[in-house]
Amino acid sequence: MRPSAVRLLNILVPIKRTIDYAVKIRVNPNQTGVDTNVKHSMNPFDEIAVEEAIRLREKLKDEIKSIKVVTIGPPKAADTLRTALAMGADSGIHIEVPESAPAPEPLGVAKALKAIIEREEEKGGVDLVIMGKQAIDDDAGQTGQMLAGVMGWAQATFASKLVVDTGKKEASVTREIDGGLEEVRCKLPVVVTTDLRLNEPRYASLPNIMKAKKKPIEKISASDLGIDLTPIFETIQVTEPPKRTGGQKVGSVDELVAKLKEAGITAVKS
Amino acid sequence: MSARLRFLKPATRLARQTSQASRAFSCSASRASELNSLHTFTDEENMLRESVQRFAQDMVAPKVREMDEAEMMDRGIIKGLFEQGLMGIETSADHGGAESSFTAAIIAIEELARVDPSVSVLCDVHNTLVNTIFRKYATKEQQDKWLPQLAESQLGSFCLSEPASGSDAFALQTRAKKDGSHWIINGSKMWITNSYEAEIFLIFANVDPSKGYKGITCFVATKDMGIQIAKKEQKLGIRASSTCTLNFDDLKVPEENVIGEVGQGYKIAIEILNEGRVGIAAQMVGLAQGAFDKSVPYTYERKQFGQPIGTFQGMAHQIAAAAVDIEAARLLTYNAARRKEEGKNFVKEAAMAKYYSSIVAQRVAGSAIEWAGGVGFTRETGIEKYWRDSKIGAIYEGTSNIQLNTIAKFIQKEYS
Repeated sequence: MRPSAVRLLNILVPIKRTIDYAVKIRVNPNQTGVDTNVKHSMNPFDEIAVEEAIRLREKLKDEIKSIKVVTIGPPKAADTLRTALAMGADSGIHIEVPESAPAPEPLGVAKALKAIIEREEEKGGVDLVIMGKQAIDDDAGQTGQMLAGVMGWAQATFASKLVVDTGKKEASVTREIDGGLEEVRCKLPVVVTTDLRLNEPRYASLPNIMKAKKKPIEKISASDLGIDLTPIFETIQVTEPPKRTGGQKVGSVDELVAKLKEAGITAVKS
Repeated sequence: MSARLRFLKPATRLARQTSQASRAFSCSASRASELNSLHTFTDEENMLRESVQRFAQDMVAPKVREMDEAEMMDRGIIKGLFEQGLMGIETSADHGGAESSFTAAIIAIEELARVDPSVSVLCDVHNTLVNTIFRKYATKEQQDKWLPQLAESQLGSFCLSEPASGSDAFALQTRAKKDGSHWIINGSKMWITNSYEAEIFLIFANVDPSKGYKGITCFVATKDMGIQIAKKEQKLGIRASSTCTLNFDDLKVPEENVIGEVGQGYKIAIEILNEGRVGIAAQMVGLAQGAFDKSVPYTYERKQFGQPIGTFQGMAHQIAAAAVDIEAARLLTYNAARRKEEGKNFVKEAAMAKYYSSIVAQRVAGSAIEWAGGVGFTRETGIEKYWRDSKIGAIYEGTSNIQLNTIAKFIQKEYS
């Protein structure tokens, strides 16, 4: 019997435009959010996701048919897509929402991505979604898991290593968990979310920045996808964490135990 | 760290034409309206700025101090510059370059200088002097041979000055004598940037002293042809940038290595230094900004007499004045760059930009030390390094007095 033809993989990398990680965050005067009139860039975990997709192509070469990046955001989010194209992605999809619209929530994003994946069916489908484990603005850490849920796909989160076998249509993922490292093997299609140690993203080199000019970005709206991005949560208040106050010095272990008990740390036995 | 990225196969002629057109009319809508502030850049130029900023912060910044103390450029950084495509910024894609704008090169030089002016000048000389000479004056065969090497991995060096000729460049003594199908070059060059690490050298030598400067010819030679790297200078600033004396002892160079025409070298040198001037201006602007960026945040943290020192009016005024200086120098530089891109005469503007930026660099870097007080005076914070590095701005690629001569000539022509 002839071996089955190697499946050509289509990779989808959802990315998010967030406030740059180096910016000093300030709560806005109304306490409804943070001051967003600051530098924005691609969510660092999403950069790691884009990098991983490109490394997969460098390793598996022609077996990776396409690397598409997708983002949901205001017009400025197109810059983030272009950065991903300059890193090496093939094409981008921009689900444009108005500047004034509230930020999409994880479930809304997951449903939008589901619609995108279903749209891609006619172009060969999506075999692998690689995305950041969380965005550094809301730290929700939910979208990848929700996407796998609504798609009925396998999920492998907090990946610190990803190996794809195109022949067997499988992915082996090493996950970082509280107890250490866990290795899981999943059948494709799968949603993988990236953790910090998966790779170190490349800088967009100048020749690639120039090449990115010619790569296509498709613009669509949420209504084109038949998706409702109305938030289901209402943010009541955003405040800064309490300022750090000084600690106390204690003279002996007994004193330390007494102070801890005083503070209500019930794990401390007398 | 970053994987080696392969360049595209040679573009088809149509793609090349299209990409040239798209370069002229690049993306951003406001650029197309032709009446824009000097804060207007194409999307690519903006992306490049961000990319170089990150590269400089992540890869260069950790090594700055050790390179300065050791007076040695880190080879990994040179390799990184090549990998990022920063060593063939204006070179065509056919030749392995990024086919980007002159302003893109200026931006890269500025952003590198913010972190380390030594790394910046290495990139500047390679791009604005060496690469540009090949792009403008070399034959197609020479371009096909040398530009890809220069874009990919071989560092270049521009050899004009000699012990007895700096500002009076045309008084150079290095001689070239024809011998069959070769030229034999004898002489010495001094103050040559990049010379310790370079593989490709553009050497200006006189083939016929009886013709005066009209005998000066530009030759390309490789280190392995027998170029002797002699004394490496120990400098006040840009210490990691290698500055050596070169000796040519019967250096044999094939006749096809003449760039341009025999006797055209003086013209090449004069014209190319105009572009180089804008590059140095960008380096000085970046330097001033880097010193400013290192010192000012400290003034808002350091408290004396119950308040951050940066909030005292005296300090705030000094800081504001420095910001004005930097912006003025920056605008002079960007304007000269854009004039060049527009095909306008930019000789006067280039001289103005270089002259002024070197003054601003020295002034702002000096203030930056004072704002940081004792801490600014120690080598640990890296603030003092900018002041030492700034001194060369008024000296190389045309001293400030030469720049003023150039500007004065234009004024005389206009007003008399």
